[in-house]
Amino acid sequence: MHSWAASPADRRLSALIRHLEGSSNSMDSDTITASPTSGFSGSRNSVFEHVVRAPEDPILGVTVAYNKDTSPLKLNLGVGAYRTEEGKPLVLNVVRRAEQMLVNNSSRVKEYLPIVGLADFNKLSAKLILGADSPAIQENRVTTVQCLSGTGSLRVGGEFLARHYHQRTIYIPQPTWGNHPKVFTLAGLSVKTFRYYDPVTRGLDFQGLLEDLGSAPSGEIVLLHACAHNPTGVDPTPQQWEQIRQLMRSKALLPFFDSAYQGFASGNLDADAHSVRLFVADGGECLVAQSYAKNMGLYGERVGALSIVCKSADVASRVESQLKLVIRPMYSNPPIHGASIVATILKDRNMYQEWTIELKAMADRIINMRQQLFDALRSRGTPGDWSHIIKQIGMFTFTGLNSEQVAFMRKEYHIYMTSDGRISMAGLSSRTVPHLADAIHAAVTRLV
Amino acid sequence: MLSLASVSPSASLSLQKNFKTNWKRGTSSRINFLGSDFSKTKSYTRTSMTVAVKVSRFNDITMAPPDPILGVSEAFKADTNEMKLNLGVGAYRTEDLQPYVLNVVKKAENLMLERGENKEYLPIEGLAAFNKVTAELLLGADNAVIQQQRVATVQGLSGTGSLRLAAALIERYFPGAKVLISSPTWGNHKNIFNDARVPWSEYRYYDPKTVGLDFDGMISDIKAAPDGSFVLLHGCAHNPTGIDPTPEQWEKIADVIQEKNQIPFFDVAYQGFASGSLDEDASSVRLFAARGMELFVAQSYSKNLGLYAERIGAINVVCASSDAAARVKSQLKRLARPMYSNPSIHGARIVANVVGSPELFNQWKEEMEMMAGRIKSVRQKLYDSLCAKDKSGKDWSFILKQIGMFSFTGLSKTQTENMTSKWHVYMTKDGRISLAGLSSAKCEYLADAIVDSYHNVK
Repeated sequence: MHSWAASPADRRLSALIRHLEGSSNSMDSDTITASPTSGFSGSRNSVFEHVVRAPEDPILGVTVAYNKDTSPLKLNLGVGAYRTEEGKPLVLNVVRRAEQMLVNNSSRVKEYLPIVGLADFNKLSAKLILGADSPAIQENRVTTVQCLSGTGSLRVGGEFLARHYHQRTIYIPQPTWGNHPKVFTLAGLSVKTFRYYDPVTRGLDFQGLLEDLGSAPSGEIVLLHACAHNPTGVDPTPQQWEQIRQLMRSKALLPFFDSAYQGFASGNLDADAHSVRLFVADGGECLVAQSYAKNMGLYGERVGALSIVCKSADVASRVESQLKLVIRPMYSNPPIHGASIVATILKDRNMYQEWTIELKAMADRIINMRQQLFDALRSRGTPGDWSHIIKQIGMFTFTGLNSEQVAFMRKEYHIYMTSDGRISMAGLSSRTVPHLADAIHAAVTRLV
Repeated sequence: MLSLASVSPSASLSLQKNFKTNWKRGTSSRINFLGSDFSKTKSYTRTSMTVAVKVSRFNDITMAPPDPILGVSEAFKADTNEMKLNLGVGAYRTEDLQPYVLNVVKKAENLMLERGENKEYLPIEGLAAFNKVTAELLLGADNAVIQQQRVATVQGLSGTGSLRLAAALIERYFPGAKVLISSPTWGNHKNIFNDARVPWSEYRYYDPKTVGLDFDGMISDIKAAPDGSFVLLHGCAHNPTGIDPTPEQWEKIADVIQEKNQIPFFDVAYQGFASGSLDEDASSVRLFAARGMELFVAQSYSKNLGLYAERIGAINVVCASSDAAARVKSQLKRLARPMYSNPSIHGARIVANVVGSPELFNQWKEEMEMMAGRIKSVRQKLYDSLCAKDKSGKDWSFILKQIGMFSFTGLSKTQTENMTSKWHVYMTKDGRISLAGLSSAKCEYLADAIVDSYHNVK
């Protein structure tokens, strides 16, 4: 009865029973009914008796396990954070420069940002994803609010939709980033899936996608990964995107883009925004969650933005006012540091150029790792078709390994990845590719 | 139904343009659309067309009112009158009415820059070094609860974010349990609990007759509330009233809460800012913890370290056992992950550096005393000005008795509106003024405004 998994009614009942019966069953020797909040030193009852220990987050928990491993061979291919060829985290030079400027600027203050965040940052972010000449921006039809990276943008957008949109279901691709269903569920939406990944081809199940979206009720919300689908790395082609757009518009399905890898997928910021811009160009409405965690390496600074493209400036303004009501009771206003770094870089032509170069270098290194891993598996004669490694795009590869193989690789080779077989290419280097290839080879040949 | 599936995007754009010029909202004009007549009927807006040429799906959304506290600053900015005074949001100002970045913060930031630390994701629970020093700052490093590892500390997005995490935990693990909040309280408390779907009710707190604490009312209302409720208490420098219980009153409050098996939930946003002493301002929390009680404490570094925009704070849950604390912490993480994944590094590192270094910590204490000192002296000056200007014999001493950044003037809503419309003094409608935004140079002007509003406006 005390399990969190019980229904709210059960929990309420059990709470009531606890209150009526007095202290819980974990008393020591004393017969005096000590209240849980009293300082009775004999028995230490807690009001938290029924709170069970949560398991580690499946994605972030990989790093926790990796940190505990003492093997010198260990390799962390879990969380999607970029690593250099030397296996080190990277702070972009242009970010360091921007930070230097900010910290050394004695006129800067730390006053509360507006609820919607840093104005410059918002404008520049909208331009980055929608294009500087986007009519939607020129017509003031876009409201952009600074949020806590991609997660925060998705959560704020989800809460807004749960309150103000006439449909309360969001369709997410199968599979998708592990945190998506939780974010939207807690935001108040119900979550359904549409077919996306085909394990047979290790590519896009386009027919399945069209069928599932085609049979969705009119007006429902659809989550789309703007580029570099996480975890599969499988993206629709431009032609497929156009078909998706037409289908969605014909059923008035509302697109909600998750753009966490703009510039990181192909190395080109505009190319990676193509899907979003395609939808916006037809004059329709959509939501876009942007993250600067990867493409500017600002992971821990939690910088992102939610843009809602509306039909008119008037609607956009009203939507913005309602977004503020979602944000204020959540964290009042967003953190200034990361957004200031982004704004500094985006508004300066030279820094922006520098950024695109550093960004392309990161994307290129990952593409290079893909090629190296593919070649390594081929040279070992590892059974199976591994071409998906070079066909997939972005930070992650969906290896196709099953959970037993994943566990085997962790135990025998100290290689850490999420149990769905997703590896972060960003965590690989030329030095470690052979070790990974050996591990995959062993897993595939020794286990089914 | 016109099928435009094969129409190219550019064609659809020009269709939309054509639409725009012909569309008149609220009229039932017939629109000539590519030769066919379309009437604007209700069903039309629901008609499915393959190009997005219809009314916004967000059309029914109304304009939300501005935030009652943060909206004050927006209004102040828009005012062009040179006498204007912003006593709205609680952000510290120097005597020159400038924002203040603490020297110790600048030092910490420079240190961080020199070290060139990376920007990797923090763990969901935040920066370990920050969590350690923040719990120690609150409870005292040698406190038994810390020694016994009975505190679950999770870095949160300042006070608001920490309160919200706690509220989410309450909703999930104490379903149906109410939070009792003071009347009045910080305006955003209700919003936080509403959005977290935690029911709340009020306990009497402010007595307008005495402009002091309605202690009997408070005790009575807490007693009347259900067992197992959460009682939201301001650790020090009550917002908006500035009225704090005495140590004796705190003991009695703790007595009642224990009798009722209720759970104290402290909001500590002004540690160090109220009296100038970090330890003294934490005494209410420490009193409760010393009794072995389990409690929640939300902390903020917005004011005392001037880190407003960095959004740095923590939720602490003091539990009966270290096992309970570990479990509670794991569940707080489970709530943070779908909200923002993990918190921001910058502010956490600043705090960890300042509080963790004896030299910087001492400097911080000095700056804090300076800030709290300026506010105390401005209180005195305001009081003196009011006494000098108001000949009615009204007792203004509550200004001196109240503590912290704010003063509850006792002005009504209309009187407050007069303050703004006639005197260009910006404050919240509940009659709260932020003394942090007052300079000694402006005390006389403010006194004039208050005396005028109090006596001449009903």
